[in-house]
Formats: sequence, C-alpha cells, structure tokens
Amino acid sequence: MSGCTRRCKLGVVMFARSVHRLVTGTLNKDKAEDELEMTVVCHRPEGLEQLEAQTKFTKRELQILYRGFKNECPSGLVNEDTFKQIYAQFFPHGDASTYAHYLFNAFDSGQNGSVKFEDFVMALSILLRGSIREKLRWTFNLYDLNKDGYINKEEMTDIVRAIYDMMGKYTYPVLRDEAPRQHVDAFFQKMDKNKDGVVTLDEFIASCQEDDNIMQSLQLFENVI
Amino acid sequence: MAAGVATWLPFARAAAVGWLPLAKKSMPKPPSDNKSRNDEILIVNVSGQRFQTWKNTLDRYPDTLLGSSEKEFFYNEETQEYFFDRDPEMFRHILNFYRTGKLHYPRHECIQAFDEELAFYGIIPEIIGDCCMEEYRDRKKENLERLAEDTEAEMSTDAPLPPDSTSRERLWRAFENPHTSTMALVFYYVTGFFIAVSVIANVVETVPCRPPKGRVKDLPCGEKYSLAFFCMDTACVMIFTFEYLMRLFAAPSRCKFMRSVMSIIDVVAIMPYYIGLVMPENEDVSGAFVTLRVFRVFRIFKFSRHSQGLRILGYTLKSCASELGFLLFSLTMAIIIFATVMFYAEKGTKETNFTSIPAAFWYTIVTMTTLGYGDMVPNTIAGKIFGSICSLSGVLVIALPVPVIVSNFSRIYHQNQRADKRKAQQQDRHSGSQALCVRNRSSFEQQHHHLLHCLEKTTNHEFTDEHTYSEVCMAESVGYRTSRSTSISSHQGLSTSCCPRRAKRRAIRLANSTVSVSRGSVQELDTLHIQKSSIVPQSRSSLNARTQDLKLNCDDTDFTAAIISIPTPPANTPDESLPSSPGIPSILRNSRQLGDCSGSFTHETVKISSL
Repeated sequence: MSGCTRRCKLGVVMFARSVHRLVTGTLNKDKAEDELEMTVVCHRPEGLEQLEAQTKFTKRELQILYRGFKNECPSGLVNEDTFKQIYAQFFPHGDASTYAHYLFNAFDSGQNGSVKFEDFVMALSILLRGSIREKLRWTFNLYDLNKDGYINKEEMTDIVRAIYDMMGKYTYPVLRDEAPRQHVDAFFQKMDKNKDGVVTLDEFIASCQEDDNIMQSLQLFENVI
Repeated sequence: MAAGVATWLPFARAAAVGWLPLAKKSMPKPPSDNKSRNDEILIVNVSGQRFQTWKNTLDRYPDTLLGSSEKEFFYNEETQEYFFDRDPEMFRHILNFYRTGKLHYPRHECIQAFDEELAFYGIIPEIIGDCCMEEYRDRKKENLERLAEDTEAEMSTDAPLPPDSTSRERLWRAFENPHTSTMALVFYYVTGFFIAVSVIANVVETVPCRPPKGRVKDLPCGEKYSLAFFCMDTACVMIFTFEYLMRLFAAPSRCKFMRSVMSIIDVVAIMPYYIGLVMPENEDVSGAFVTLRVFRVFRIFKFSRHSQGLRILGYTLKSCASELGFLLFSLTMAIIIFATVMFYAEKGTKETNFTSIPAAFWYTIVTMTTLGYGDMVPNTIAGKIFGSICSLSGVLVIALPVPVIVSNFSRIYHQNQRADKRKAQQQDRHSGSQALCVRNRSSFEQQHHHLLHCLEKTTNHEFTDEHTYSEVCMAESVGYRTSRSTSISSHQGLSTSCCPRRAKRRAIRLANSTVSVSRGSVQELDTLHIQKSSIVPQSRSSLNARTQDLKLNCDDTDFTAAIISIPTPPANTPDESLPSSPGIPSILRNSRQLGDCSGSFTHETVKISSL
C-alpha cells in the first residue's frame, strides 16, 4: 500500500510541475529527469610493454586486439548491457542474457560493473594461451557464482539453465524442463568425488583431467586469435 | 556493426571454454584459419590524394572493388600504391564506409555523381545508413522524376511522327498534344469554347428573367427561352459526343481509355442529355431527371484537359489522400464529441435548437470551421463554455494537416509534373537486390558456426527451425518418438562424418545482421538476401556469395554451411520436398543430398528431418 501512495504522490508532483510549466509557457520539456548521465568516462590501458609482460600475447596481437576493442568501445569500458547485446548477436536463437551476465562477472575481475581492456586481455590470455590448470581454474571461477570457492548444485543449475536458454525454443530434440537438471546431476556425479554436495577447485580440476574429451577440447581454441 | 561483431567473435569463442566441462561429447574441430594474421598498410592514391588504411579494413567487404582482387588492376608497381583517377572528395566517404561500416551520403554532392562513384567502387546504395537514407532517397526520386519528365517531354510530344503512322495514330497524337497541327489546335479551342458555352448556359438557365406578358411571377430563363437553351445544349452535346467517339476510335488501347478519368468525365457530361431524350415526360421520373441535370456541371471538369494547373491540383489531392483522410477522420471524431457534449449541455433549455445529436452536428461543424452562422446558439453557461472550446479546437484540427497538403502541392507544381504520374513512379529497389558481405565472410561464418556447433554439443540438442520443431512436437504427441530415436542416433553417427549440417536459419540472421550494417531489422535483411541462383565456388562472386552464405566445404570433416532458407519452401531438387508428414527419415535424404557436395551448392532449405 505504501508503494501505491508513493506513486500517487509522485504523480501529483509531476502533474503540478507540468501545470506550472504550462502556465509559465516553457515549451521545451524539462529534461532533467531523463537526461543521460553525460559522464565522459574514458579509460586508457596501461602501457603496451606491461600488458605484454602480464599476458601471453605478443605486441602485435595486443595491438590488433586493442584496435578492435577501441573501435567498438571508444570509451575504453564495456558495461554489462553492451556485453549482453554483443552476446545476443552471436546467439540469436535464444536468450543469451543470463549467460552473458555470468560471463561478465567472470570477466570483471574488479567487480566494478565494467570491463576494461586489461580485464579483457587477461581473460583472453588465460583462455587461449594459458595452461590446462589455468583454464580450468577460470572455468571454475565462472561456475562459482558467489565466488565462495565451492560450486553447489544451485549455482550449477543456474549456469546450465543459462546455457540451455541460449539454445532457444526450437531445438531438436525438444528441450524438456528436466534436461538442465539431468545435466547437472550427471555433472555432479562425475565431478563430486567425495559426494559432499559441493565441488571444490581441486575436485573439479582432477575430474576434468581424467576426462579425455575435455582435455581434447581444451586444445581446440588455441588459435582463435 | 559489421566490424564490431567480427571483433568480438574471438572473445565469444574463447569464452566457449566455459562450456567444455559440461559437454558430454567432444567438441567439433575448429575451422582451419589459413589467412595470415599480419596486417599491412595499403596506400591508395586517388587523383593525387593519398589515403592509407589497413589491408584488413578493405578486406571487410570482399564484394567491392577495393576488397577484392579487382584493385590489383589499379596497382602501380613503381610507386607501390593503388592509383584511382577519381574524385578524392567522394573517396573519403567510400573509405569511411569501410572503416565504420556505415555509408553516408554527403548532402552537398550531386546525387548522380555519388551514384556513379558507388557504382565504380562496387558498393550498392542500399547500404546507406539510416541517417542519410531519407535524404538520398528524396534526392534520387527528384532526380529520376526530372529525368523522366525530360525524356517524356522530348520524346513524346514534339518529335515528328514516323511517316508511316496510320491515321489513327495521327489522330490520337492530335488529341493528346494539340500543338502538333493546326487542325488539332483549332479543335482544341473549339471544344474549349463549347465547354465554356455549355457551362454558362447551365448557369444562366436558372437566372430569373422577366416574366412574359400575362404572368406575374419571375420565371427562370431556362423556361422562358426553353427552345434556345435546348438547341444550345444539343449543339454542345453533339460536339462532345463527336469528340468522345473520335477519341475512342483513335485510342491505342480502348479499354484503358474507357477506364481513364477524363473519359468517364466525358461520359458523365453527356449522358444526362441522352437520358433526358429517351425518358418520357413523366411526372414520376422527372424528379430523377432533374437530378441528372446536375451532372451536366461536370462538364467543367473537361477543362482539366486544357489546363495543367487543374491536373496538378487533382494529382495533389490524390497524393495527399492520407492527409485528407486523417483530416476528415479527426474532424469527424471531434464533431461527434462536441455535438454530444453540446446536446447534453443544452438539453435543459426550453425550445432549444439542439433537438438531437445529429442536429448538433451542424452547430459543431459551423463552429469548428469558424463560420458561425448563428442559426444555432447555445444558451446555457456550460453550453457556451463548451462551444468556445469547440471553436478553438476547430481551428487547430483544421490547421494541422493543411500545411502538408500545401507543401505537397507546391512541390508538385514546381516540378511541373504531368497528369499521368503513374508512369513516372518507379521502383526504388530492384527486386532481389543484393547485399554486401562482411569481411572474409566465409571465415567469419565458419568460425561462428563452429561456435554454435560447440553449444549444440554442450547441451546435446541441436538448433532447428520453427517448422521442424512443430513437426517434431506433433510427432511426439502421436508417439513415434521411441521407434525413431534409435534410427536418428545411428544416422547422426553416420552424418558426423560428412556435413550433417542443418539449416541454421537463425544463424544466418546473425550473419545477415552483420552484413547489412545499417539496417537493424531482420525483414530488410531478408529482402536483401534473396537471390535465386546457384553459385559455383572458387570464383570470387561465390566465395563472397552475394546474397548467400552458402559454402560447402566438404574437404573438412566438419562441414559448416550457412544456408539461407527462403521463406517459401522451394522444392528444387527432386528428392527434397517439404516433409508434410512425419515419419520419413529425411535425414537420409539430407545426408545423401549433401553427400554430393563437391563444391556446387544450391540454396534451398536443408531441413532437419522430422521424426
């Protein structure tokens, strides 16, 4: 009920304001409410040498990466909405926003709501040039939504559901509601060694190293850049 | 956003590492990326002004001159640059297109020069960004109309007829353009004179003349001199009938002539006379006959053959039909509202004029158009308040659409159009126009496909389209599922070896969205991407598949094909027919059909089998 009265009060205030504007004859609308924050936030990355030292990319690759990045985000920062848009373009069938949200959190190491070029490049360096252990740790970090060092079933279900959402509605075979849950159960069966209901980093890495498929696939994306 | 999406693809693919632990199966192999990664700067010399850009920038659009090997023809070995003897000012815009993906039309440039430059560099104008598209279209339309008018003017009227034209053609020519021969001119003026005479006679007929001897009341002249008027009317109608029959005889297409507006006016102008001749002097029908005489006034419209201004006015009204319709509609709404209000406001008054709501319509109309006859006036205070609101709003409602009509009229008038504008209206787009492709479309497509394929493997489901999905749902409800699932899996095993690809319709939509850089809507993209021809690869046009993203690569074990499915299901191949009934494992058909993909491809829908 309080929300209702608050809204009514707000409505009355707006109405009085508009009447006042009408009377005093100002034609242009008051744009204070819906004016975008013209914050000219610009971020410049650290020097090329430092980045080269911190990542496993060569200078040339970093240059190419930065040119593309700067072209897309002249301000030097990517915020979550842009991220979601970009991801949605790659997966037009379904809804990629949830997964993009988790991915954004994984990229945004500083947890400040925007991804800088350094974050971008560091993550890419791990994903493309890192060791198996590093890649698996990054993946663990992605799955661990609350970053507490454990993956429990709820987190896993969220992630898997987000991935299935990207498939969209029209799939073959038809997507059932229990498919994500079954998938999570199978995953936990495999990964949770001591059956305590959570997966730790070591369990995760150990289980993945036992699986040949995963090991093989991890080599796949090396030549992306 | 073409460049943008391509930029982010590597990141999206890298992020696919996150799916790997979840996948039950192994991931497909990525497409081999042969192109060299080093970027070099190219120098393009346009009439002395040097432009430099990355090679990758130009490679984004392989379908254009600069993006393809065609530019090698312009390469200058000594100076190690590409030399073009064209306008450097225009080239700036062209190059910006490569850089930003948006083509802008510079407002100060001549539209034809711009079009020529675009044609030279192999860029189609449909790519022009939304910000400049309006201006471009307007200018282009204006130019085309002017050209059409010029050609029409020069070819139709004043050119001498070929000597062996029949008399019929000459007659028609004389009618359409009176200035060709003296006879035609004479006829033109004579008919004009008689139209005027006829109209004046109609008018004077009703003027009261002095009554003849023996009567008191004033008589209209028509009844006093009825014989004279009848003779004049007969003469005019005879001339009009003769003219109409002559035109009918001379018309190249009689049906079309009979349907045209002017001939209908002619017929309407002369019919009342004949009907009056035929009809007996009967009291019952004479009322109807009087009504028919009203149509004689339509003779005045025959003047529009003689006056271009009238034709322009008529054309304006026709082209502003929507604005007029809106005006009418809004007026009707307002009339109804105000009439209702006034009626109920004045209901209490004794002996009020506002006897009903329709009666109040008259008051509302008169007030809104600010006429104010004063025959109906509100008496109550509420009625007066609402009446004043009514008159104020009437001014507004009428004033709003009028400038649109006026500007339309002035535009048309200034362009000096002819009456039959229908011929001058041309299509803006060709049917089946083509879109440009994003850089290295094939490699981008391949990589994007690989990414989607990885997702499929992770979730163990495949992308399908709406149609197949609904089929599957139907089949499932009937219960065929269990029996077919085994066969499906075996076929899947069979088909992973070669090209098991399904129609990734939506995936194409993405590619399309990257292609048409300025258009955001998918429908536009679809229209841009319809082309009906099969393309042989290994030629530049095919690799850049103008409107198609088809590319069969059966050398790799992993076949990625982006197949555009045309909305109407085609049945080009004999074995590919729309699976209307579930049950037939058309996976077999698909794999078989795709099996012989030795480089040629067609672009029907390759449908995933139904169950």
